Amino acid sequence: MVEALKITNLHKSFKTGFFFKRKKILKGITLTVDKGDIFGYLGPNGAGKTTTIKCIMGLIFPEIGEIRILGQPHLSLKAKEHIGFLPENPYFYDYLTAADFLRFYSQLFQLRGEERDKRIEGLIKLVDLEKYADLQLRKFSRGMLQRIGLAQALLNEPELVMLDEPLGGLDPIGRKEIRDIIIRLREEGKTVFLSSHILQDIEMICDRVAIIVNGEIVNAGRLSDLISEKVFFTEVIVSGIDAEKLENLGDSIDSHGEKIFLKVYDDAKLESILQLVESQKGRIHSLIPRTETLEDIFVGVVKRQ
Amino acid sequence: MKIRAIALNTFKEAIKDRILYLVLFFAAVCLILSRLLALLTVGDQVKIITDVGLASISLFGTLMAILIGTGLVYKEIDKKTIFTLLSKPIHRYQFLLGKFFGLLLTLLVMLLLMTVIFLVMLFLHTIHVEWSLFIAICLIFIELALITSVAILFSTFSTPILSSVFTLAFYLIGHFSWGLETLMTKMPPGFSKTLAQIFHTLLPDLENFNFKTEIVHHLPIPSEVIGLSVLYGILYTTLVLGVAMLIFRKRDFV
Repeated sequence: MVEALKITNLHKSFKTGFFFKRKKILKGITLTVDKGDIFGYLGPNGAGKTTTIKCIMGLIFPEIGEIRILGQPHLSLKAKEHIGFLPENPYFYDYLTAADFLRFYSQLFQLRGEERDKRIEGLIKLVDLEKYADLQLRKFSRGMLQRIGLAQALLNEPELVMLDEPLGGLDPIGRKEIRDIIIRLREEGKTVFLSSHILQDIEMICDRVAIIVNGEIVNAGRLSDLISEKVFFTEVIVSGIDAEKLENLGDSIDSHGEKIFLKVYDDAKLESILQLVESQKGRIHSLIPRTETLEDIFVGVVKRQ
Repeated sequence: MKIRAIALNTFKEAIKDRILYLVLFFAAVCLILSRLLALLTVGDQVKIITDVGLASISLFGTLMAILIGTGLVYKEIDKKTIFTLLSKPIHRYQFLLGKFFGLLLTLLVMLLLMTVIFLVMLFLHTIHVEWSLFIAICLIFIELALITSVAILFSTFSTPILSSVFTLAFYLIGHFSWGLETLMTKMPPGFSKTLAQIFHTLLPDLENFNFKTEIVHHLPIPSEVIGLSVLYGILYTTLVLGVAMLIFRKRDFV
């Protein structure tokens, strides 16, 4: 099966300063995105996420390396016909209304007549901007711009959707709406490549991830393979117990009034706490096993680098 | 279709630029003042109106081409609208051509408006208008097309201020390069003369589009001269646009 995106040994450097000194931004990126996946591209600020995406979109030219989109060379119009792109902090022609803006871009896909109008109407509905279709983009909020940006990325019903920090700068409701749309795209069989440093969102929706640090991929794979099920510790909140009796059973994190917060690393000790609570007629307020998260992996690899 | 879409969008954008109307206002003031100047002159008043009128149209048209032309491509890059636009199935040259034709359409509209004011001023003195006047205006438009292409060329790699300075320099050099021809006739053969010859060939000669003297003094303009001027304009514009495309083709949009 042809991959949705295949990047091989991508190198890119930029000139810094007046002289011929160059800074390496990408140092041999190789990755593959399978069809139908939501692929998360993670990395700290300045790691090279946006540079990779700009290379894929043909906005900058890599020095070495090959990029293929759905089996086609990435600069070919054939590849571009099947790809949608939402850049980071999108800015569009602010003198156009939302509908006019989509109409303008639809002409670049040779869409016309009823088909075009239907598609634009559907997309405006999808991103929930029906009330604002005739409003100039200059009057749009950040979240609304992000949503109309997503609509323009979907105009050609692309097979591969590239989203650069689509959730950045959005409020929790805005983030949820965009997340829902991304999940819906996967259900429709589309492939989504998204870069982000908001790990919780990536963890919630991505099938596969790659972590880039200093221009190199340091970890990649299925999210389920990367994150182990192993319990690191259990967070326990109890009350009505003598704090001294808990001293050897776990690390005390905090206490608020009667409530004591504990970190317990051992199953046997956890059992002892439960028995203690029962015998002293205390109360358990919560008991949360903490497994490894994407954040742990991310912080781990970034620190190692 | 794609170039047309970009051109129409460019036109929509350019026509909203206030600076365009400011220049148009000054052009109108100059054209109206030409009548005042004519009234103060002893002799053929129509000559003065025609001379000042055509010069105003050419000068203010050039200012429009420079001020709008140098900013349009830069703005797309600076505001990052180019990111989504170039991610669509279009070639980079189609983007540049769209910008060029959009700007040309804007200049055409502005040129028509200035021509209307000019004709109104002329009709206040005479109802007899020669057709050659329109030929002169057409040639001004070809000159504007060339200047637009130069403005776009500079804006593919430079800031609007620098591009404006470069394009203005091109305009000035273009109108004074004929001086080299005079210089060459007075030079002894040798290295300096060859150098002057090379410069004369390479530098634009925008006086090819200037027929004010012929129109004002009712001198005949041979049709082959007009034809050659049009051809010169088209070829030079194509060449400049070609260079702009070559630069733009390999540019990184960081």
